[in-house]
Amino acid sequence: MQRFEPTIVAFCCHYCAYTAADMAGSMRLAYPPNVKILRVPCSGKVDAIHIMKALEKGADGVLVAGCLEGDCHFKNGNVKALQRVTYLQRFLEEIGIEPERVQMVTMSAGMGSRFAKIAAEFTDTMRELGPSPVKAGDRMEPCAKAS
Amino acid sequence: MITAERKPMDEIMESIDGCGRILLVGCNECVTVCAAGGRKEVALLASALQMASMKKGRALDVREMTLERQCDPEYVEELAPHIGQVDAVLSMACGCGVQEIARRFKTTRVFPALNTTFMGASEGPGIWAERCQGCGDCLLGLTGGICPIARCAKRLMNGPCGGSGNGKCEISDDVDCAWHLIWERMKELGIEDRYEDVISAKDWRTGRGGGPRRIVREDLK
Repeated sequence: MQRFEPTIVAFCCHYCAYTAADMAGSMRLAYPPNVKILRVPCSGKVDAIHIMKALEKGADGVLVAGCLEGDCHFKNGNVKALQRVTYLQRFLEEIGIEPERVQMVTMSAGMGSRFAKIAAEFTDTMRELGPSPVKAGDRMEPCAKAS
Repeated sequence: MITAERKPMDEIMESIDGCGRILLVGCNECVTVCAAGGRKEVALLASALQMASMKKGRALDVREMTLERQCDPEYVEELAPHIGQVDAVLSMACGCGVQEIARRFKTTRVFPALNTTFMGASEGPGIWAERCQGCGDCLLGLTGGICPIARCAKRLMNGPCGGSGNGKCEISDDVDCAWHLIWERMKELGIEDRYEDVISAKDWRTGRGGGPRRIVREDLK
């Protein structure tokens, strides 16, 4: 049986996680190609709607990767990002979507190996969770006719 | 401002159950400021509703609109071209907005997505607290700018009850005793002598006691 390969969107802060991902490459550290990186100027730039749209459009999991606490280039964008992720996890739970599908992680620009490890672990977690329940929409039927 | 909070998703989804196409309408005024029903919250709820439907394998067409003010007929009229194309309207405004849509579009079902809570002020990012109950006969001039109607659990008019301790109300340590605040404020203003002025029994007919209220300004009609 073919193994389920999740699609993962990682919003990576330019000042830390994006550079860490780059460093993982320079260090020749392999991480799963399931993780699609989107560079953002700060993890605080990631709005709840960006995460929701990623899930709605087919992502099985979303990572928000920011700087270590106290190291945000914009003072506290990473703290705000964590608050948003926590809020969104509760919101997703309300509509029956596993909150684990959205995670906030932190690292410094030099932590290439940490990025690779997190990417691999999160991909494994998503494999275990299985396809996003939202993907049932691929087989959608109209629930009612509009008047 | 009027503050509100989103209803639980179960309740929202139950209300629109069976609808294939809905119009989700936000409001640019109070509910935008208290982060409950502005453009951003409309987008989030629309996405959540889409996902919840997709999860069940059903299609739901959610159209998003955010009006300048949902409590004014001029702006509600902007919905007219869209109303015929949807099964129901889900409003993210306060109760005034929901009712204004219901009043204008008599044959369209309108559901509230928010619970309207109180008239309040922002105490900091993400915190809103009740400040006014619209009693129709403002006492703030007598009480140092702190309202005993909205901020005292018992709406006492002449000093605190026995449940006041260390400046807090007995209902919760998170709630300030309004009369303690009034006393502190009067001290700062140097008008402590006014504290013992007796406020006469309040005529509640100016508030909800007199039934639904209206304001009619002949000069503006």
